[in-house]
Amino acid sequence: MKKRLSLLFSLMLVLSLFLAACGGFSKKDDASDDKAGGKKSDVPQELRVNIKTEPFSLHPGLANDSVSGNVLRQTFEGLTTIKDGKPELAAAESYEVSDDLTTYTFKLRDAKWTNGDPVTAQDFEYAWKWALDPKNESQYAYQLYYIKNGQAYNEGKAKAEDVGVKALDEKTLQVTLEAPTPYFLELTAFYTYYPVNSKVAQQKPDWYKNAGPDYTSNGPFKMVTWEHNSKIVLEKNESYWDAKNVKLEKIDMAMVNDTNTELSMFNNGELDWAGMPTGQLPTDSLPQLKKEGKLHVQPIAGTYWYKFNTEKPPFNNVNIRKAFTYAIDRKAIVENVTKGEQIPAMAAVPPTMFPENEKGYFKDNDVEKAKEYLQKGLQELGLKDVKDLPPITLSYNTDDAHAKIAQAIQDMWKKNLGINVKLENAEWNVYIDKLHSGDYQIGRMGWLGDFNDPINFLELYRDKEGGNNDTNWENPKFKQLLIDSQKEADPEKRKQMLKDAEQILMDELPIAPIYFYTNTWVQKDNLKGVEVSGLGDVQFKWAYFE
Amino acid sequence: MLRYIGRRLLYMLLSLFLIITATFFLMRAAPGGPFSGEKKLPPEIEKNLNEYYGLDRPWYSQYFDYLVSVAKWDFGPSFKYKGQTVNDLISDGFPVSFFLGMEALLIAVSIGILLGIIAALNHNKWQDYGAMVFAVLGISVPSFIMASVLQYFLAIKLHLFPVARWESLQHTVLPALALAATPMAFIARLTRSSMLEVLSNDYIRTAKAKGLSRGQITVKHAIRNALLPVVTYLGPLSAGILTGSFVIEKIFGIPGLGSHFVLSISNRDYTVIMGVTVFYSILLLASVLLVDIAYGFIDPRIKLAGGKKGE
Repeated sequence: MKKRLSLLFSLMLVLSLFLAACGGFSKKDDASDDKAGGKKSDVPQELRVNIKTEPFSLHPGLANDSVSGNVLRQTFEGLTTIKDGKPELAAAESYEVSDDLTTYTFKLRDAKWTNGDPVTAQDFEYAWKWALDPKNESQYAYQLYYIKNGQAYNEGKAKAEDVGVKALDEKTLQVTLEAPTPYFLELTAFYTYYPVNSKVAQQKPDWYKNAGPDYTSNGPFKMVTWEHNSKIVLEKNESYWDAKNVKLEKIDMAMVNDTNTELSMFNNGELDWAGMPTGQLPTDSLPQLKKEGKLHVQPIAGTYWYKFNTEKPPFNNVNIRKAFTYAIDRKAIVENVTKGEQIPAMAAVPPTMFPENEKGYFKDNDVEKAKEYLQKGLQELGLKDVKDLPPITLSYNTDDAHAKIAQAIQDMWKKNLGINVKLENAEWNVYIDKLHSGDYQIGRMGWLGDFNDPINFLELYRDKEGGNNDTNWENPKFKQLLIDSQKEADPEKRKQMLKDAEQILMDELPIAPIYFYTNTWVQKDNLKGVEVSGLGDVQFKWAYFE
Repeated sequence: MLRYIGRRLLYMLLSLFLIITATFFLMRAAPGGPFSGEKKLPPEIEKNLNEYYGLDRPWYSQYFDYLVSVAKWDFGPSFKYKGQTVNDLISDGFPVSFFLGMEALLIAVSIGILLGIIAALNHNKWQDYGAMVFAVLGISVPSFIMASVLQYFLAIKLHLFPVARWESLQHTVLPALALAATPMAFIARLTRSSMLEVLSNDYIRTAKAKGLSRGQITVKHAIRNALLPVVTYLGPLSAGILTGSFVIEKIFGIPGLGSHFVLSISNRDYTVIMGVTVFYSILLLASVLLVDIAYGFIDPRIKLAGGKKGE
């Protein structure tokens, strides 16, 4: 017994040393092989990116997150797609729209699914109705509420036949909308509007859970491997209608949810692209990367703002809200805190939609005006001094970046207005609960556009009870302008209406905009043609290595 | 012996029941839910979802249903990963964590014990100080720093290993080393101190007097007794290390089980929280039992059947 035990231990020691030694040697060889291979071969068209995490779902009707979107955008294709910031026909060959802007008739081009089935109008009808079917618990079904009776069907108040999408024949799709929607062609590029191979989906309801013969898609790439929580591999789809313009042979998507590791992998040649939109770079590395000239920056449709609870004193007073908003030095925050080349925001709608919003509606860091408004506000509230103000708390969800911004702004308010603000952070779910239930005074939030139209940012504040308002603010004129803008066919007039609405929002300031988001990334120099849209979505269809 | 194990199994079931109950109610007491996001869902959709997942039913009916399905080893679907069940997540993630954990355990145990023995045999000499400096470093440097340091030197500077991901055996080396560092240092210190204690015992002196060689004394008499505390530590250590480490898995992008422990909580992925907790508890309870049984083999002075254990 004794002997056996000691033998066992010594064996273990020897074995482990041996293993460690072997391991070391074989690694060395492989590593040098890799390096040589990378240099020698003439530019393999294989792209390696990081998508951070496992996607929620790769079913277009179920996906509701950016990770899923980043994969689906490569494997599927909607009626339209966004290129150079504009919707362009994709699975549709042509379309007609009725004079009242409520009926669209799409003619589909001859295209095939990855298994050879033709892409038909029925596939679109099936996919959209599937997502709207309350039984299928699609969280993004509301993206399809623009379609006539879409909402009613999703709420169980209408039948599937009543929904305004109909395949007139194999190649003709007729869509009837609830109301005129000037940006409908932007929407049809969104993944909830993608088709699903109805033949496969009806026979195999689990088709979307794994890669394999059942996972059929109609986009430039097909999914060949999906190791959950580990990686996804896409290969060029030879049966895609535009395959001659697709140069990448393979896309390898890693799931590494650590910003530092992502950058290290890029530096070590294990990734061709690090950072947004699929991954993220560590904030601390941005200044250095910028200095080295490696950093790519692109503004995207997103606004970081603080919300005021307009029903809680003192923020029920518009002048107090103005004072707090004007007393923020956004330039300092962008340059010293966030460091990602963000654009100071003195407006709600990002400049990717309204280019003139780079200037905004008021002056950044306007301390003089802020003090004036503060005095006015105090008078209106019947207070003598800032000391008489009720205690004020600024809330944010627990996160290093948000904390730093909040501390900077806390300091600015103290210095510029003489007001002490308490900071409070909570875990994400706790925080969002408080915000949605109005249990806060000032709260941090951001909004990333779902589609490329200003209405997406403005309609948040249309209804007091609307899901994402949170400020309890409502203005009848603002609301009317938004409703009227939907019926306006002339784009210039419509834009003016939306600008007028934004003016009201910026006069009343239920929100204090801080900055507009940017995408920051590093990439291999010889990688070209990656299409990052104004929404920050990425398409690799036209990408290639030089 | 059998009676003892039987009774222990009964206690295990009881502990498991208490763990499930406590987790279930703590989890439901936390604000928010699996569907709360930055973009608030329309209430009708949220209602549909709650109905589908049975979250609209009263708590007692959810609780009892849950107990029944755990008994059937069916943890239900994940909220966060559509189309995957919690059983899928465990059966995908556990082998990865297990493999990495075994590798780390092997490194930690073999090198740790070796260092401890060397240190004890050369008490207060340079070997001792060297090994202990190493051990203090291992204990006090947090694993995420260790991981970054390893990545920086061995991967980026020397190109010996890839930075991250889980593809081949090479990919496992850095995470295993990072994971092994702390337990290895701990084992080294444990071994050293208990070796020192054992070496001062009378029976070692007797062995010396009998004229046994130093090697024989060490291997036959000293190590075996000195390893008892290490074995005690190995039980909970292996349960922890084999189910994966959140930090290491995050830094190296490893598709193991460890990340689910942490992420499921911030996602409020109720079924995953419960599933991985139950799974971990079972492993932990089982490994503690195994350690208790192993005592009897290593040190015959400890009797199991009496129910009065040494530890």
